[in-house]
Amino acid sequence: MSTLEKSPETDNLTYNFPNSSGYFGKFGGKFVPEILIPALDELEREYKVAKDDEQFKKERLHHLREYVGRPTPLTLTERLTEHYGTGKIYFKREDLCHTGAHKINNTIGQVLLAMRMGKKRIIAETGAGQHGVATATVCAKFGLECIVYMGEEDMRRQKLNVDRMRLLGADVRSVTSGSRTLKDATNEAIRDWVTNVDDTFYIIGSVVGPHPYPMMVRDFHDVIGLETEAQCLEIEGRDPDYILACVGGGSNAIGIFHRFIDKKHVKLIGLEAAGEGAETNKTAATFSKGQPGVLHGSLSYLLQTHQGQIALAHSISAGLDYPGVGPEHSHLFDTKRVDYRPVTDTEAMDAVKRCSMLEGIIPAIETAHAIAWLETLMPTLTKDDIVVINCSGRGDKDMGTISEYFYGTNGQS
Amino acid sequence: MSTAAAVSIKAASERMKRVFEERVESAKIMNLFITAGFPRKEDTVELILGYEKNGADIIELGMPFSDPLADGPTIQYSSEKSIEAGFVMDDIFDIVAQVRKRSQIPIVLMGYINPVIHYGLEKFFAKGQEAGIDGLILPDVPVEESGLIQQASQSHNIPLIYLVAPNSTDERMKLVDQRSGGFVYCVSVTGVTGARKGDEVDESVKRFIERINKNITNNPVLIGFGIASHTDAMRISEKADGFVVGSALINNIRSLDGDAEWKEKHFRFVRELKFGSA
Repeated sequence: MSTLEKSPETDNLTYNFPNSSGYFGKFGGKFVPEILIPALDELEREYKVAKDDEQFKKERLHHLREYVGRPTPLTLTERLTEHYGTGKIYFKREDLCHTGAHKINNTIGQVLLAMRMGKKRIIAETGAGQHGVATATVCAKFGLECIVYMGEEDMRRQKLNVDRMRLLGADVRSVTSGSRTLKDATNEAIRDWVTNVDDTFYIIGSVVGPHPYPMMVRDFHDVIGLETEAQCLEIEGRDPDYILACVGGGSNAIGIFHRFIDKKHVKLIGLEAAGEGAETNKTAATFSKGQPGVLHGSLSYLLQTHQGQIALAHSISAGLDYPGVGPEHSHLFDTKRVDYRPVTDTEAMDAVKRCSMLEGIIPAIETAHAIAWLETLMPTLTKDDIVVINCSGRGDKDMGTISEYFYGTNGQS
Repeated sequence: MSTAAAVSIKAASERMKRVFEERVESAKIMNLFITAGFPRKEDTVELILGYEKNGADIIELGMPFSDPLADGPTIQYSSEKSIEAGFVMDDIFDIVAQVRKRSQIPIVLMGYINPVIHYGLEKFFAKGQEAGIDGLILPDVPVEESGLIQQASQSHNIPLIYLVAPNSTDERMKLVDQRSGGFVYCVSVTGVTGARKGDEVDESVKRFIERINKNITNNPVLIGFGIASHTDAMRISEKADGFVVGSALINNIRSLDGDAEWKEKHFRFVRELKFGSA
């Protein structure tokens, strides 16, 4: 059996969150307007059936293999490993997925579910544009109408991705309310869904939102952890000692962590975006600075003001620039199963450069937050330790920001 | 967060009961929504008293939130303005306490759960009771998630008012009826709040209301979303106890921006919503 064909439900995990109400411990739920309750109930019902349906599984795996390009390699980063001189560092190469990031694992799964449910109109929200591109891509492939909501500010910052989506046939709608970024795009997508609930499928891009989304999106990314487990066993004959992943909403992180939650000997570290510093107001470090609250349909840690208004997040990485985090991460934080640490803009940008020069891999700035943690982690390790980083995306989309940061010009203008 | 727990029917406040008991068959109950602190903090008390004088039977006082995802652009705008001007949750209780010195009109609070959690559930309900609040509408807290607030709601006698929508099943309507106290809020169309053109509020609303009347038997029914004129209101609420207007009021205030007599003109608009133009 290849790693791709191994499916989560055949495994015996004792960790079995969420419960039937969609709670991961204290976090999760469905805090949505009444109009969406029938839609979420329908989605939950349909997903439950599809998940165990052989035809659905086969079809999903087929597209992951033939279209996305899975399995992605587990690459030993030789010069980075040599640079630190302590443990062995591997990259799980989600950057090699079609469209350049892990996001498409999820959109393939959700779009197949949408078609199964007979929905012809697809909507999505996007911040950096990666989820928007991954959604527009699968809609083009399967011939579905695609509407992507994107904050006006993000459209300016990520012009290249806007044009990619347009080229793929998506209708990219500029969101001018609130802070004009990802959280506002998400509000607009939810409003669209509330208005067109009968014929519309909302493809959420991270492990956020109301139940069953955080569970479903996780399951669609679970393939990352399953492959990592099998590949590490094949190459090293054992599990890794450490797994590192960046966390915005947290989809790539949960994708690689989930398989290992029961394996207590594997240390899991989630890196959140500290922006200009976790102690400053220009940060997206939800666990360092947030408190539990409700946004976009679930109860989770949240950056908020002293009046309970949603605070504006800041990160140089548009994909991590979100004031919330997936409810399952909040549970893993409270139970201390995952160690969440803040990484600043500066540390992440240094890691972009280091990784590019030493490995010939230009990582997404999101991903670079995880790579940056090697500076802290590696000096504490011994030669035999195995570290896996989820290399969640490539940095092509970030060249504008990177050019401006290192060379003082914006490559896009 | 189980929905199975048996819950007794929530008692409406005396103020709320009186409104529906005294209603004559031909008159509709008019519930008017206003965002606290809009257009300015000092206007809210005067607007509430003026609404009462000009035909409002119930006031729905909006607690501004940065991310009101069940609302359209109009209410998001008024909320942003109020937050920018320094709105804090304590203002809500001050406003209600001031109104209570001069009026016994029922006041229900409408807002989102996050600022309420942040304020502290127990403190929120205790202050609400002290100030004289008659109900609470939280559009992002469906019955499933009410476990969080149910106890505080009961111990402070502030009933929760839930919404039903055209796509709610009969069972769902019955559940909402059982859990609500004061009235049930019927969302006339699938969508967010906001004024709509008359013909958008179509015939299917009538069939929806027939289902409502069959399933909701413990509480009066108010219908809202999309009502912008007296004609809309009469047509939509023909078979209901009354109607709710929100975004149309905010739009009217915005259209009168800079007019020295905006309040009088705005109150005339309110009178016409209730009674039609003279």
